[in-house]
Amino acid sequence: MTASTLSKPVNNTNPPRRKNLSGRTRKSSREGYKVNWWLTALMLVASLTVLLPLYFTVAMALKSPDQIGGTGLAWPNPMNWENFAAAYVATNFPRAFMSTAFVTVFSVLGSLACSSLVAYAIARNWNRKFFRGSFVYLLSAMFIPFPVIILPLIKQTALLGLDNPAGVVFLHVLGGISFNTLLYIAFVRSIPVELEESARMDGATTWQVFRKIIFPLLAPMNATVGIFAFLGSWNDFLLPQMMIADPALQTLPVVQMLFQGEFNTNYSLAFASYLMAMAPTLVVYILAQRWVLSGVMRGAVK
Amino acid sequence: MTITSRVAQTARPAGRQNPTSASEKTGTFRSKNTIDPTYYWMVLPVLALFAFFITLPALVGVFFSLTNYAGYGDWKFIGLSNYVNIFKDPAVLQSYVFTFVFALTTTVVVNVVALAIALGLNAKIKWRTGIRTVFFIPMVLSALIVSFVFNYLFSNSLPVLMERLGYTPLATSILANENLAWIAIVLVTVWQAAPGATIIYLAGLQSVPSEVYEAADLDGAGSFRQFLSLTLPLIMGYLVINVILGFKGFLGTYEIIVGLTGGGPGMATQSVAMRIFSGFTGGDYSYQMANAVIYFLITLLISVIQLRLIQRRGVSL
Repeated sequence: MTASTLSKPVNNTNPPRRKNLSGRTRKSSREGYKVNWWLTALMLVASLTVLLPLYFTVAMALKSPDQIGGTGLAWPNPMNWENFAAAYVATNFPRAFMSTAFVTVFSVLGSLACSSLVAYAIARNWNRKFFRGSFVYLLSAMFIPFPVIILPLIKQTALLGLDNPAGVVFLHVLGGISFNTLLYIAFVRSIPVELEESARMDGATTWQVFRKIIFPLLAPMNATVGIFAFLGSWNDFLLPQMMIADPALQTLPVVQMLFQGEFNTNYSLAFASYLMAMAPTLVVYILAQRWVLSGVMRGAVK
Repeated sequence: MTITSRVAQTARPAGRQNPTSASEKTGTFRSKNTIDPTYYWMVLPVLALFAFFITLPALVGVFFSLTNYAGYGDWKFIGLSNYVNIFKDPAVLQSYVFTFVFALTTTVVVNVVALAIALGLNAKIKWRTGIRTVFFIPMVLSALIVSFVFNYLFSNSLPVLMERLGYTPLATSILANENLAWIAIVLVTVWQAAPGATIIYLAGLQSVPSEVYEAADLDGAGSFRQFLSLTLPLIMGYLVINVILGFKGFLGTYEIIVGLTGGGPGMATQSVAMRIFSGFTGGDYSYQMANAVIYFLITLLISVIQLRLIQRRGVSL
């Protein structure tokens, strides 16, 4: 499933509510498509449910304390840009940002490396009990909700000195491994074994085959797994909140929580801080939306 | 969990000592019956870490659920008393009722909304790419921060708006209302979770060949009839997947409640997950571990039922 199929009107028909007036002309796909303006208007109105809260967040972030009040939906005049600087200092944004970036980068890299390796080994040795058993074992994690293991897990990581962002990385990688391996295995199976065999004829080891041939061929799945890992890690609240003992090392979502007391007296500061924490994923998404959506779609189709 | 780990343990030595028993299809070219040990090195470190960080805590948790451990200090075995007490604890039972009602409602609403959006995006609308971009934005945002934003909207903006409109029943914050707070949680969860379900539905709708609709058009079937008799049955597999993934996720709901009500007012919106986490600070560690085990068994039961459902429908996951 690629970006082009995503945007293409694949079936030429009807949402409910559509009047059947254009029924005759619509059938031939040659005629291109006739825009359904009523539905377009409906979708635009519906998209306000997403845009309004975002507008509200931006508007609030730009207000001075005396502009707050009423519904909060009015656009501030004049705009108060100092809120961002104040929030930047108050929440020590750079430190929280670096901590979040650390967790995210290593979770993404770890997920890509571990899941693809495991999937490759399992898919190529499917006839061996050990690998089939490993697969079933890893898949079992999908049936264990996190709340079930979290209390003992936190005690365990604290004992090991992993009550920090590094520990969160471990758990992000291992927590996602069932799903990611599942995604990769289907993809590895579609790569013909003959490709590897010719490389082996030339004396390549299994590692080299994986690194030079398989991993590059996995690129579309790498994108999918990478996007899921990125979003999951950047936005995760539960694990950092529970695992990271030192507040100075906390990630962006948890920092928003920690500062609630302070924010309650200064809402514009709070919303400036929220906006800064949301901005990175939002910007990445808007810039790469085609790519992100096709990646996520591939995960959905699986 | 314990069953599958046992399977893996017994499978491990068998695979290692007796590789010749396996068929030869995917062996390396050098020898059809031996396996390159590299493959084991690709899997073993991950398996070890997985066992240590996921399986071990689960087993430790089950162990402590049979004790009176408070999270610190001495402990002794007390058998199944924790389990017995849980069934007599109104606070825990209430959290289960809340969690199930919430998960069921949210699953229904999310799927209706997501299907409607997917149908709209899949139809012949103008500015499709732009509209699609907007609808998927919630997917990339932190649920907690989104809840903080909605928290302000619900507790300040909405009451002011309602008062201006003269609708007094909603002129106070619905988050402070014991009977209405859960609706706010459903709304924000739907806002956050609908895009993920929409993507799956879009994939489903695009898998339906357009010829099917052309035939229906010739037969004179109207739009609504086509949706009911063609679209819905053809994307049933995607609906099943959405319901399963969604329901399981919503049972473990946590962040959005933290951001909106913190479990209040009183304990009206406390989910099972929040109850379990309270064992970390509340001194009733072993008691909440027993709660966690029960929660696990319930989710496992649901998973098994759902898997049966999938198999019967012949849907591939």
